[in-house]
Amino acid sequence: MRIRVTVNGRPRSADVEPRTLLAYLLRDEFNLTGTHVGCDTTSCGACTVLWDGVPVKSCTVLAGQVDGAAVTTVEGLEHDGQLHPLQQGFWDHHGLQCGFCTPGMLMTTHAVLQRRPHPTEAEIRHAISGNLCRCTGYQNIVTAVQQAAARLSARDTVQEVKV
Amino acid sequence: MFPNAFDYAAPTSLEEAVDLLGRYGDEAKLMAGGQSLLPMMKLRLAAPAWLVDINRVPELAGRTETDDALFLGALTRHAAIEWDRDLDADYPLLGETAALIADPLVRNRGTVAGSLAHADPAADWAACLLALGASVTARGPRGNRLITVEDLLVDALTTTLAPDEIITGVTVPRPTGRVAAKSLKLERKVGDFAIVGVSLQVEVGIDGDVTRVGIGLAAVGSTALRAREAETVLLGRRLGRETIREAAALAASAADPVSDRRGSAAYKRDIVRVFVERGLTAVQARLAEGQALGA
Repeated sequence: MRIRVTVNGRPRSADVEPRTLLAYLLRDEFNLTGTHVGCDTTSCGACTVLWDGVPVKSCTVLAGQVDGAAVTTVEGLEHDGQLHPLQQGFWDHHGLQCGFCTPGMLMTTHAVLQRRPHPTEAEIRHAISGNLCRCTGYQNIVTAVQQAAARLSARDTVQEVKV
Repeated sequence: MFPNAFDYAAPTSLEEAVDLLGRYGDEAKLMAGGQSLLPMMKLRLAAPAWLVDINRVPELAGRTETDDALFLGALTRHAAIEWDRDLDADYPLLGETAALIADPLVRNRGTVAGSLAHADPAADWAACLLALGASVTARGPRGNRLITVEDLLVDALTTTLAPDEIITGVTVPRPTGRVAAKSLKLERKVGDFAIVGVSLQVEVGIDGDVTRVGIGLAAVGSTALRAREAETVLLGRRLGRETIREAAALAASAADPVSDRRGSAAYKRDIVRVFVERGLTAVQARLAEGQALGA
């Protein structure tokens, strides 16, 4: 079946089998290997991407389901060579060690900050409860998200002043 | 991992979806959120020849409220209920339950009606909706049929839905008195199957006596169970330490758990007792708080 999908703002299309999963469409057809396949059983969250802005586990969505939709992957976060404040937060606070869970962590927390620009620590921990990290013990991930929240709201304030 | 090959249909009307099921019957499987079905298909525990994806059927989206009930369209996702504070006043058990299901990412896709149709004995919604006395509307070639959740659930992964019927939504009756609810779940880690789940809701009259109560149990039987005797013992009485203990003991005897790697039957049964006691105690406190506020 032929599908059309906007990936990171760019229109793409592909011929897929109905059983093709979104994670494999992104990795194998579009070469967007930032989306990681970890457990492949809906447990670990490493494959999290945004489907029309909502974070989902892309190993548990069919490619055919996103026909006509917009998907954002970790590759869509940086702009003009500048890391997204979340990515910068993970960099500054060592929010990763092996890095395998990081794409999923970034996409999940990106959606959290859209919904709640100033999340509490408990809200951050609750939000990432579907994303497993086996290295960091989560503390540095939480700190990274807190830094990003502060920077994003400072940036928004500056933009408001400019307006 | 890939599922077995299948043909995919994404109908854009309810009529078309019912037609597809009529044509393919047992060979077809409906998919709403797909958060249980796709993992089962990837593990080849399910291998339908046709997958009918109902996510593009507009009649199944959204929800409506009347004076007596809330109707949740079949595509209502767990997250939509978890994040909707407007439901808390009249339907507190829904938000309580939604927040405990799987993990936040799964909750963005999974649906209430899909969970009921899947009929996993450990599912949170079945216990919750049993406690609330909810019903589902099933649409088939011969029209609509109203089925209580109690009648819907037959056995593990087995319902009374015909192969050509679709759940179009879930009806939850509106409480008439003051109401408070609590959902508790024991799990090894976020997203794992429940070891034991308890969902309960209590309504009281002006005098503080219990007028209606529902206690649903998850993962301690071949379907979700309703602790009828525990409910009966509370009716017409005030919640207090003794009545709560009595109800908790009766709920534990209503449970029918099996020993497995998540715990022994005796352990699970005792968790039911502890959770019902904790749940009713929390409900008692919330009701008292509500009264103090003049609610």
